[in-house]
Amino acid sequence: MDLDPEGIFRDDSDEDDDNVQEREANKEMVVYLVDASPKMFTPATTQADEKQETHFHTIVNCITQSLKTQIIGRSYDEVAICFFNTKEKKNLQDLAGVYVYNVGDRDPLDRPTAKLIKDFSCIEDSFMSNIGSRYGITAGSRENTLYNALWVAQALLRKGSVKTVSKRMLIFTNEDDPFSAITGAVKTDMIRTTIQRAKDAQDLGLSIELLPLSRPDEEFNVSLFYADLIGLDGAEITEYLPSAGEKLEDMTDQLRKRMMKKRRVKTLSFAITNDVCIEVNTYALTRPTTPGTITWLDSVSNIPLKTERSFICNDTGALLQDPQMRFQMYNDTVVKFSVRELSEVKRVSSHHLRLIGFKPLDCLKDYHNLRPSTFIYPSDEHIFGSTRVFVALHSSMLRLGRFALAFYGNPTRPQLVALVAQEEVTSSAGQVEPPGMHMIYLPYSDDIRYPEEVHVTSDEAPRATDEQIKKASSLLKRIDLKNFSVCQFANPALQRHYGILEALALGEDEMPDIKDETLPDEEGLARPGVVKAIDEFKASVYGENYDQEEAEAAAAKASRGDASKKRKAITDAASLKSAAYDWAELADNGKLKDMTVVELKSYLTAHDLPISGKKEALISRILTHLGK
Amino acid sequence: MARNKEALVLLLDVGPSMHGVLQEVKNICSTLVHKKLVYNRSDEVGIVLFGTKETCNELAKELGGYKHVTVAHDIKVVDEGTSQALQNLPAGSVPGDFLDAVVVGLDMLIRKYGNTKGKRRLCLITSAQHRLRDPPEGTKEDQVDTIADQMKRHDIKMECIVFREPGIHHNAVMDENDWLLYQFRNRSVAKVVQVDSPTSLLGALKTRNVLPVTVFRGDLEVSSNFKIKVWVYKKTAEEKFPTLKKYSDKAPPSDKFASHEVKVDYEYKSVVEPDKVVPPDQRIKGYLYGPQVVPISSAEWEAVKFKPEKGVKLLGFTDRSSILRHHFMKDVCLFIPEPGNTKATLAVSAIARAMHQMNKVAIVRCVWRQGQGNVAFGVLTPNISSVNNIQDSFYFNVLPFAEDIREFQFRSFSSLPSSSQPTDEQQEAADNLVKMLDLAPPGREVLKPEFTPNPMLERFYSYLDLKAKQPDANVPPLERCLRRITEPDPDVIDQQTPLIQNLGKAFELKENPKKKKARTQDRLAYTGAGDQAKSVAEPSAEKDGVLVVLYPPTENIGEIRDLHPVQDFEAMLAKRSSSTWVQKAIEEMQKYTTALLENSRDGDNYSKALECFAALRKACIIEQEPEEFNQFLTKTYERLKKGDVANFFQLLSSKNISLISKGEAPDSDVTEEMARSFYLKQEAASE
Repeated sequence: MDLDPEGIFRDDSDEDDDNVQEREANKEMVVYLVDASPKMFTPATTQADEKQETHFHTIVNCITQSLKTQIIGRSYDEVAICFFNTKEKKNLQDLAGVYVYNVGDRDPLDRPTAKLIKDFSCIEDSFMSNIGSRYGITAGSRENTLYNALWVAQALLRKGSVKTVSKRMLIFTNEDDPFSAITGAVKTDMIRTTIQRAKDAQDLGLSIELLPLSRPDEEFNVSLFYADLIGLDGAEITEYLPSAGEKLEDMTDQLRKRMMKKRRVKTLSFAITNDVCIEVNTYALTRPTTPGTITWLDSVSNIPLKTERSFICNDTGALLQDPQMRFQMYNDTVVKFSVRELSEVKRVSSHHLRLIGFKPLDCLKDYHNLRPSTFIYPSDEHIFGSTRVFVALHSSMLRLGRFALAFYGNPTRPQLVALVAQEEVTSSAGQVEPPGMHMIYLPYSDDIRYPEEVHVTSDEAPRATDEQIKKASSLLKRIDLKNFSVCQFANPALQRHYGILEALALGEDEMPDIKDETLPDEEGLARPGVVKAIDEFKASVYGENYDQEEAEAAAAKASRGDASKKRKAITDAASLKSAAYDWAELADNGKLKDMTVVELKSYLTAHDLPISGKKEALISRILTHLGK
Repeated sequence: MARNKEALVLLLDVGPSMHGVLQEVKNICSTLVHKKLVYNRSDEVGIVLFGTKETCNELAKELGGYKHVTVAHDIKVVDEGTSQALQNLPAGSVPGDFLDAVVVGLDMLIRKYGNTKGKRRLCLITSAQHRLRDPPEGTKEDQVDTIADQMKRHDIKMECIVFREPGIHHNAVMDENDWLLYQFRNRSVAKVVQVDSPTSLLGALKTRNVLPVTVFRGDLEVSSNFKIKVWVYKKTAEEKFPTLKKYSDKAPPSDKFASHEVKVDYEYKSVVEPDKVVPPDQRIKGYLYGPQVVPISSAEWEAVKFKPEKGVKLLGFTDRSSILRHHFMKDVCLFIPEPGNTKATLAVSAIARAMHQMNKVAIVRCVWRQGQGNVAFGVLTPNISSVNNIQDSFYFNVLPFAEDIREFQFRSFSSLPSSSQPTDEQQEAADNLVKMLDLAPPGREVLKPEFTPNPMLERFYSYLDLKAKQPDANVPPLERCLRRITEPDPDVIDQQTPLIQNLGKAFELKENPKKKKARTQDRLAYTGAGDQAKSVAEPSAEKDGVLVVLYPPTENIGEIRDLHPVQDFEAMLAKRSSSTWVQKAIEEMQKYTTALLENSRDGDNYSKALECFAALRKACIIEQEPEEFNQFLTKTYERLKKGDVANFFQLLSSKNISLISKGEAPDSDVTEEMARSFYLKQEAASE
């Protein structure tokens, strides 16, 4: 299916075995359980000036955004959306108060489609009329909607084995005490059965996560009920506390981040010394997102085509089974290698991280980079105490301003890496930079080039004067990007790619217009202050009359540049020479083939025709020009 | 004639100050020749040795002088002869005069090529420690000037690699030599690098020539009416493992011209009718959008796809701190001002210096080529040149787009339970480790990326050469110098032993008994210091673990295990599928024995080590490798005789395990008398 034999979308420098492994190992199935009780529809903020947004709206936004990222980056993952505390019911078990949302002929738990995203993003308009909201657990009623929701979600997640698929349910709610409406034995009974239900699900390998939203007047209290439901203990509860809903955007951000499942790439052992060897997990936090794979279709029927690969012997034309031997031409002879020998050559050390030593951070230069970095975070899963060693090392490295140099025996490209400790950075929108170490792949001597030395002369290179540097500084101050952060620009090529696909997938006629965010801010650059700074700098380096000089020089070049003078002289000489012959007669008598190439070319030059090619080509070109 | 064909003369110092690294000089030059045999078959190479006892060069014959310079290999198209000439570099006995060698090399090039055009290069590897001969007339500086003029006239470039052991005392002679070499650089005919370890010597020479090609030539647009002319080159680019072709053995052996290549053929068949091949013009690309496949023809796609204009535009400047180092995405480019354009050079210099002073960086958006389907968005950082005749420039690093970042949340270290927080004592142990395992003491940096060779590629090319000669050769083990890249330096580890043990004691690591080890983890053999407590009772168990970590098995067969070391060793020798096995077995045994002794506490390993020594000695006599054993014994003795295990040698002496003498193995240069008095004499000498 996803074969791309021509490698159209494969940029060879982006080749990343990490990505592939990640995809295979961690397919994910998620059920979003969204509380739809009337509480979710009350305004989420108390400030009068802000737009009155509801928690429900926030959640719909988050899920839509996450589905959009998912269809681009991880479309093999499957997702189901399920509301609880609804008026209507729609689920296989026919349980009250639970509505499994779906579109078209998609399975309830399936890969996201363009239509699902589109319809879901405007669900609010029709939610009340089609699905409806109500209080779930009320006094007098025997219904336990939360219990039902868990049950439905568990049933949805039945397909696929937990060994190969990670299965999750995410509960979105702003109700910290769902059983507050009832009392007495009924209440304790309901709580007990609900918790039991959740525990059963967890025993089956499904993970349950809570994404709580705080209402403006009171904070969400996890310990009231949900801590028991998802099985948290004391220390972990603090982790779950939502930041008070001061700003709704921050909350959206936090939810969005939390909805993302951490996918680890690998577990590595990190040998610090011969007998201290800890366990770390690696994560790919930045990887270039590429347009998805393509598949070939029959242009008539639009039915997918199967690609068959065959190996043919170049000498005999015989069909081969996948050949196991490789060869390299060396000194004009064939040197054969088996695949096993090659992999042995590549294995220069055992497959893990080996600490070599430490260096000050300024030894890591800007050009010591080849590939996106990998993040490492400790784990105590196999070796107890790993985290402690890692934390100690992390804080020593931060304090002493050093990075660790280590050897990573990756079998495809064993490499020296710099491990740079990263301190945790948080903002009101939650964690911005996680604590841990970034593994930066270092180049070898063969990978570094010296282009700056290509054009050296024995003269001193011109250096800017202090005055010029001062002018440049004021320019820098003028064109300053305030609050710049790397993640603020969307990739215009990718947005366009998927914009087109989305439009076509939904059968829309209009092609979407994608704004290219990476273009400079023309308006800002046209501000008088900026223009003045640029002009001053330009004048100090290029001189006052540079533009004029440039224009004159360009004009002079166009009219009578050296090159054009030369060209003119050649043409003149050629026309003189070519005038010596009667070309039409020569052509008629078939004498052209007796002429020399130089003579033929003189005709072509004189008539401004291309002079490339073999003699026959020249003759035929002359004939064409003569109209014969 | 191939484009970019090059003629190269290697000028190798083999004088006494270079004896320690002759092996590395040989290796690096061999790799260079091997790569030429693969990639640049028509390049020509000559080899000149200097500091040799003998003299053999044209200039000496014609003019006299130029003593101790030997032309080991005339300039010829590379072949086995070239690598053969490098195999046996003689250790010279005379301090080498590199200027003489440069003149001889230059003379060879000029004689051979005269004024014809082409790439010519000299490559000088020397320690430049010794006083140069005074020229008959004028000063040495004049001489350098004359040589540089000649080189300029014939367009010959030179690469100088100066090797000096770390910590060597710099004297006036060296300073003068350095100054002379830098004089070549100032005349823009040479590049000079200084290295101080055998490993970095291996990385100092560019073994493959890559013609620099610009990624982009054009304007760096600050605004619509202010543009700076720049050229962009790659600064780093990964040198990949060569892609080997698939081999077909179908051609008859008699066919001398068989290509042995395999053609890969793709056929597209309909899922419905598996027998029908669909021709290319009947195929259309389907783009995946979620589970849907959207068919679009290339023409349609061309009409709607993103087509940015070629150009490099500045978005603005920002604080350096807002760009995190780990966001750099790809290999790095270099923006240099258009060569010969003084105004552009000044503009780049002014902005780069202003950025450097204010700690700012520039954000740019680049479309390198017209018709490119995407934009690169990245950061320019200043590169202030420290060399007079090199211009200031910018480094360019690609930054991620919003789609490329995955915002995973991780638990904050401060909120971890106290069981995962280090105690003060543990923190101190970690601090000490970070301080002591310092790879960049003042004035030095070990394993600088600029001088670190790729061990995998080094190994591949030497294996390629070996295989060309012996088709059934096994993969050779990693050389000692290359091991310095993949493992910490054992000397440093030895020095810091107490510190490392401290760290091990401070932290307690335990395996999770509930988790079964995964297959890969089995190989990794975690060993925790936590095992130490129980290991006192059963020392061999612990040793086993340590050794596995110390020497991770590179082969499944043929490792020496703790249980029956002697048997394993003998098994390895017996295997001898190739001669490398013997060497490997001996090496493994030496390592194992050393480790035994070093990890020995109160002599608990002595009897085992004794057995090992005896076995090794016996094997070395049988295999006619007396030197191996003699050297090993001498080294071990020298190193450990002062330590805790000194009494072990008394034990050896009492068992008559001494050097192998001539009587036992004819290859040995040790007399029986020497062997008998080995321990006695050494003791006497040390006192």
